[in-house]
Parts: sequence; C-alpha cells; structure tokens
Amino acid sequence: MKEIVCKLLVIGAGPGGYICAIRAGQLGVDTVIVEAVKAGGTCLNIGCIPSKALIHAAEEFEKINHMANAKSPLGISVEAPKLDLAKTIAWKDGIVGRLNSGVLGLLRKAKVKIVHGRAKFRDGKTVEVETETGMQVIRAETVVIATGSEPVELPFLPFGGPVISSTEALSLKTVPQKLVVVGGGYIGLELGTAFAKLGAQVTVVEATQQILPQYDAELVRPVAKRLGELGIRVLTGARAKGLSDEGVALRIETAEGEEQRLPADKILVTVGRKPRTEGWGLDELDLDRAGKFLRIDDSCRTSMRGVHAIGDITGEPMLAHRAMAQGEMVAEIVAGKKRTWDKRCIPAVCFTDPEIVTAGLSPDEARAQGYEIRVGLFPFNANGRAMTMLSEDGFVRIVARSDNNLVLGVQAVGTGVSELSSAFALAIEMGARLEDIAATIHAHPTRSEGFQEAALKALGHALHI
Amino acid sequence: MGEFVIKMPDVGEGVAEAELVEWHCKVGDPVREDMVLAAVMTDKATVEIPSPVTGTVLWLGAEIGDTVAVKAPLVRIQVAGEGGEADAVPMAETVTIEQPFEKLASPPPAETKKTIQSAPVAKAPAEAHVDKPLASPAVRLRAQEGGIDLRQVTGTGPAGRITHDDLDQFLARGAQPSIMPVGLAKKTTVEEIKVTGLRRRISEKMVLATSRIPHITYVEEIDVTDLEDLRATMNASRKPDQTKLTILPFLMRAMVKTIDEQPGVNATFDDDTGIISRHGAVHIGIATQTPAGLTVPVVRHAEARGIWDCAAEVVRLAEAARTGSALREELSGSTITITSLGAMGGIATTPIINHPEVAIIGVNKIMTRPVWDGSQFIPRKMMNLSSSFDHRVVDGWDAATFVQRIKALLETPALIFIES
Repeated sequence: MKEIVCKLLVIGAGPGGYICAIRAGQLGVDTVIVEAVKAGGTCLNIGCIPSKALIHAAEEFEKINHMANAKSPLGISVEAPKLDLAKTIAWKDGIVGRLNSGVLGLLRKAKVKIVHGRAKFRDGKTVEVETETGMQVIRAETVVIATGSEPVELPFLPFGGPVISSTEALSLKTVPQKLVVVGGGYIGLELGTAFAKLGAQVTVVEATQQILPQYDAELVRPVAKRLGELGIRVLTGARAKGLSDEGVALRIETAEGEEQRLPADKILVTVGRKPRTEGWGLDELDLDRAGKFLRIDDSCRTSMRGVHAIGDITGEPMLAHRAMAQGEMVAEIVAGKKRTWDKRCIPAVCFTDPEIVTAGLSPDEARAQGYEIRVGLFPFNANGRAMTMLSEDGFVRIVARSDNNLVLGVQAVGTGVSELSSAFALAIEMGARLEDIAATIHAHPTRSEGFQEAALKALGHALHI
Repeated sequence: MGEFVIKMPDVGEGVAEAELVEWHCKVGDPVREDMVLAAVMTDKATVEIPSPVTGTVLWLGAEIGDTVAVKAPLVRIQVAGEGGEADAVPMAETVTIEQPFEKLASPPPAETKKTIQSAPVAKAPAEAHVDKPLASPAVRLRAQEGGIDLRQVTGTGPAGRITHDDLDQFLARGAQPSIMPVGLAKKTTVEEIKVTGLRRRISEKMVLATSRIPHITYVEEIDVTDLEDLRATMNASRKPDQTKLTILPFLMRAMVKTIDEQPGVNATFDDDTGIISRHGAVHIGIATQTPAGLTVPVVRHAEARGIWDCAAEVVRLAEAARTGSALREELSGSTITITSLGAMGGIATTPIINHPEVAIIGVNKIMTRPVWDGSQFIPRKMMNLSSSFDHRVVDGWDAATFVQRIKALLETPALIFIES
C-alpha cells in the first residue's frame, strides 16, 4: 500500500477546499488535496456557475421573446426565437470545463498534490483514498474537512424518474412542458424562473406562507410580482405529498387543506441542502456536532486537534464565498499565521428576477439584536439608469444605528444588483457610517446611486425622492 | 479488532495512587507504540505512560487532576487484530505497564512547565455585531498578527472606528491597555485556575505541615564576614567551569557537625504512630523554586560529603529539579531541610517544616550592617537564619541551642573543618 505523508491534507476540492490548498501551497505548506468527483465542487460543477449560465441563457431568450411579441417599447421587433437547450447545456458544460481545468491548473501552480478518489478517515491523521490505481493512504499533520453539502431528498419524493434535483435540472436536454418546483427557496426560484423563461409552465409549491422565507416581505415583493408576470404559479402554504399513481403528477395539499394533483413532466425538488457527513468516516472521528453540521470554533477547528472543517459542512450560510474565506484563513493558520474569523458580514445573492442582495443585518434582525436603527430606502423607479434599462422594480435599503449612523446592513432587490454586493460588504467591513456612503461620489448614471441615495434618505435628506 | 486496557502502573515505593497531570492523547487519537499517552505524578516525580500498542484511543479513564489508584484502568485503546491472533485474544485484554526502573533515569519525564491545554473548545463563530471592535479588515489583520486585542484599543475614527493611526499609537505605547480618558477602569474578570499536579502536591503538603505541626520559629543573626572572606578565597582559585561555593555548603557542613551533638533535630516524627525516628544519615532537602513550583531535591548523606562535594551536589540537583529531570529518589527522603531565597532572602522568614521532618533552616539575605564592637560601629556582613522546629518534639531551648551552635560555626568557619 502506498503512503503519502504531508503537512496539510484537504478533503474536498470545492471552493473552500481548493482555496485552502492553493493558499497553503503559496505559503510553502506541503499540501495534498483529495477530490472524489471534479475540482470545483458543487459550486463550479452543479451549482452556482452552471445555474448562472442557464439563467443568463434564459434571460436572453425571454428578452428576445418579449420583443418578438411586439411588446418591447424599445421599438425593436424580431422573429420568434428558437431554443436548442442541448446546445445551451453544451455551452454551459464548456464553461464548467474551462473552470475545472483552471482550478486544477491553479492547484498545480501552487505545488499542491491532487489525489482523485473518495477519501475515508482511518483516524484523525490518516485517510484512505480509493483511487483508480488502488488504495492510497495519506497521513497528515493537519486535516481540513471540506466535504460540502448535497440536496435534501424528500422521503416521499425520492430522486429518480421525473423527480429531479438541481443537478439534473442543470443538464436537461429539453425544456419540460410542465415543471413543478417543490420548495420556494432561492435555488427553486432561480431555476423555476429560468425554465419559465425558456418556455416551461412552472408551478412552485412552498410549504411556508412566503416564497424565499429567509428574506423579509418587502424584499421578496418585486420577485413575487415578476413571477406572476412570467406566468409562474406560486402555491404557498402547500405541501407536496408524493407522486400520483400514474407518475405524471404531484399530489399536494393546498393551504386550504384540499388535495390537488399538479400535472408535471418534471418535479424539481429544492427543499434545501444538508451537510455531507456520510461516506468519509466521520464516525471514526466522532467530532462534535452543531445540529447536522460539524461544530467549529472561530479558527475553524473541530473538537479534534489538528482537524479543521470549512464550508457547508460547518453550517449556514452554505455559500461558496464563506467557504473560500474559511479555507484561506485555515491555510494561513496552518502556515503559522495568527488568524481568527472576524468577518462582519457574508453577503448573499439570490439570482432570481430581479436579483436580491443582502449584507449584514436586515431591519428586523438589527432590532432583534437590540439596536435602535434608522432605515433608508431608495426605489429604483427614481433612478435614471434603471429607467433606461426597463427595470425599475426594486430598491436599495440601508440599516444603520441611530446613535452613530454605523451601517449595520444593506439590502437591495433589482435587476443587476448582485454587482452592488461588493460595495455593501465593503461598507460594513470598513465600519462605514451613513455619512461615509452619502459623501462618496457615486458615478452617474448607475444603479449604485441608489446606495448613496438610500444613505442620504436615512440621514433625512435624499435628493431624488 | 481488539481492545487494550492500560492500567495505572505501579510506580513503586508502595505508592497506591498517582495523580494524572497531563494527557498527551484524547479519544479518537491514533497512537503508536511507545508514544507517550499521559503523565502521572507521584511524590513530586512525574512519570510518563507510554503506549504498548498501536491503535486508536477509545476511552480515557481520568481527568487532569484526578487521583487514580494503581491498577485502575487509565486508557482503552482499540487495536487492529492480526489475522487469527485477534480471535485468540479476548476482547478486553488487560495489559499492565510495568514502568521499567531504569526508565526513570532517562531524561525529562515531562515538561513540567508546559501549560496543560485541553482540546480546543469548539464554539460557533459569533455573528452578532455587538461588542465587536469597529475596524477595517486591514486594521484587524494587523492586530491579529501583532497579537493585539482590538478591544483594548481606543478608536478615534467615526463611530469609534479603530484606525491604523490608533493602532500605531497603541503599539508606540508598548501595547499597554489604553488609559481611558475618563479615569481608571474597573476590572471584573475572574480567572479560575484548577489546582493540579505539583501545585496540588505543594498545597496538600503545606496544609499537612501547618495543621499538624505547631511551629516555633527562631531568628538569629550571624556575622558572616569571616565566612564570606573564606568563601571568596576558596572560590578565587576555581576555574570558570568548576563549581563555586555559596553559603549553602558551609551551612550544610555546620548542620552536620551540630547534628552530631544534637541528633534530635535530624529526625522524622510519625505523628500517627507517635514514633520519632532519629536518622544517622543527614539527608538535607534543599527547597528549590522551579518553573512549575516548589520542589525539594535532597542531598543525600551530607555527613559523608566534603564541602566541595556538597556544593556540586546542590548545583546538580537544583538544575535537575528545574529541568524536571530529577529522579523520584532525589526528590524524597530528606531528614532536614534548608530553604533559601538567595538575594530575595529578606530579613526574616517563617519557614514551614517539610513534614514529617522536625526542623527547617531558612537562610536570609546577607547585608552589611553597622555593628557595635564595644568602642565603635564597624561594617560587618550580617545574615539572619530563620529556623522553624516542630515544637511537639523540639523544645525552644533545644532549638535555640541548635541555632546558636550553627551560628558559632559559621562565625568562626575554621571550626567547621576541625575534626572534633
């Protein structure tokens, strides 16, 4: 049996794992990374990247369709567009492939040894990897668990046949005529919206009283409105019960308690993600848990010395950029630097139509933490750039302490606001006050002016409303 | 798969239990043969427990600070059984580690000064903004790398933001906590320290000694001018690599001489049985400060050692005690003890007897003092001896006689070297 001895072993080459390995490599740490599937993890292969490719294609298609229906006030008319989804998917796969090899290239450049195969802990310092060429034993001083997460399966609606997860949804060769989405969270709505734009008849079944339950109603309203415009049926307070006997419909119980059958070619189940805690020998280690997740401290240490964990396995929010920041931090800790998790905010983006961005605390969260706050909201219908782009829905909202105007949180909903996330996060990390944002010149005409105006509004002297 | 149970070894000297002072492994850790699993302490000596097998730790039988009886299970280790052998071995095979005696002579058993660190306490990362010092990421990074707690730094920026300048100023002040302009700040922190290991031993011994022994402490001043002259002369010819004399060897020899005449102070008193053992041998304990706390290495048979030999032995033992490499025998069995704080010796002390001994001699600082010689004040090097005796078995008169005799010898040091 072959044996590799190294300083750092990273299990899982998703965004957290590969960043950790690259950074460690840069710092001269002797590093090995193990990946069972493909470099880049969920994010790059079956998550963020492919879904954004599909969403973009759907947007373009819908835009042209809109023009073809002679509805566009821009004065553009075109013939009805046609879609070859197989080609779209091939294009998406091309992007994924480029990023895959990009990640591998970066790992090699950082002198990280890459082992392909499924890792299993033998003990806290040793893992076995089943590779194509046989069993590989790796012994390391420090191990980083970055095994990520996977879609939650409903017991009464197991994946297979017409029931698909986001992974399969991103590789469909044809657009399903009737698509039922179970779970009105961000993944379900992003994909549901994309398929609706591509021509599917989409119904969203959400068990709680509101789609996107993690956001406040004000933020969700423009999204709900757009779903309506796109002809997506949203059933809140409704519960999926299982497939109908014929297998071509989903049985649900509506908010009123009625049993209904929703005809469906595909049923996309997006009811959340769960940490991947099985199949790699967690039982051998008996690490402390925090609910379903591994318990970590502010240095991403688990309850076992020399074993760190990063990314989705460590808890909410399950976001690639959180995992990346953790990975970078752990690599630096392993290299002997003093680091602890001191981030003030982890921005989150929901790529619905329109997009939602949040950074820091919402008004409700801030109040719940005992802050006296002031809130400034600037609607995009008062923003020149938004008008010229035919997308005036949405707003920027800023939350600040009322005693010293320190910015606690920023939220926005609107077309293209995902790109404002960096400004929001930067303001919070830098400890900006409302005056800092208000006094920063924001380029005209852009949507970013909405950020400045929201700050002015909170200070009581917005200029454009 | 089999399971090994490692029991608390019999560490000798009729010791029935030992205190667990350090774990070097925890549940789930892989261990290899000969890897040190734990350290236990008996009689001020620390003994390491190595693993006899390779495997994974399943169970630990005690917490740091616990007293574990000899033969009680200490660690369970899961081991991979070899082929058919695993079946032949009962599931709970019992292996008792016999600590080989010669192993005691091997270098430092345990780093006594190492702080015992428990496994990292995992806690969820705090997400609330409340109470986090306000600073940009770059400032936070600088602070982390410089080991600065930003809560100690006063922010002068908007909303109390800590700027790079604030950090510079903080560092320029020597990273002392900023003095709040409003005045002195109250501190309300309480640090709890578990008394374990050597500290607990010391604590127990001190309680035993003070609760059982009615001390009488007798302080007398000694003119050591001549002794210091002699010492200087004797040291003058020593090469740099040779041991030089301190006051201690002279005192030890003086004690040996005095004990000849007054064997009652070189004794141990077993107050449970009511028996005083007067010892022919003069084993002098030398109270020594080590990084971990007070230990008492013993110069054995001082009566059979010349002055240079005594000096060399004191130096050797002090070093061994400080590095933690002193043997168990070297840390026990004294019949009388000397305590000296050297330059810190003060004017007088009230030494606590090293139970079950009956006397302890405390050396105070040498100071040049004006002494009236009958017609004038002259500068003399004076040193006090503060000595405590077990008043149950040593009367004040005897104690005073003992100290006066030592005083006579030290003031006329030639007497120390004259055969009686």
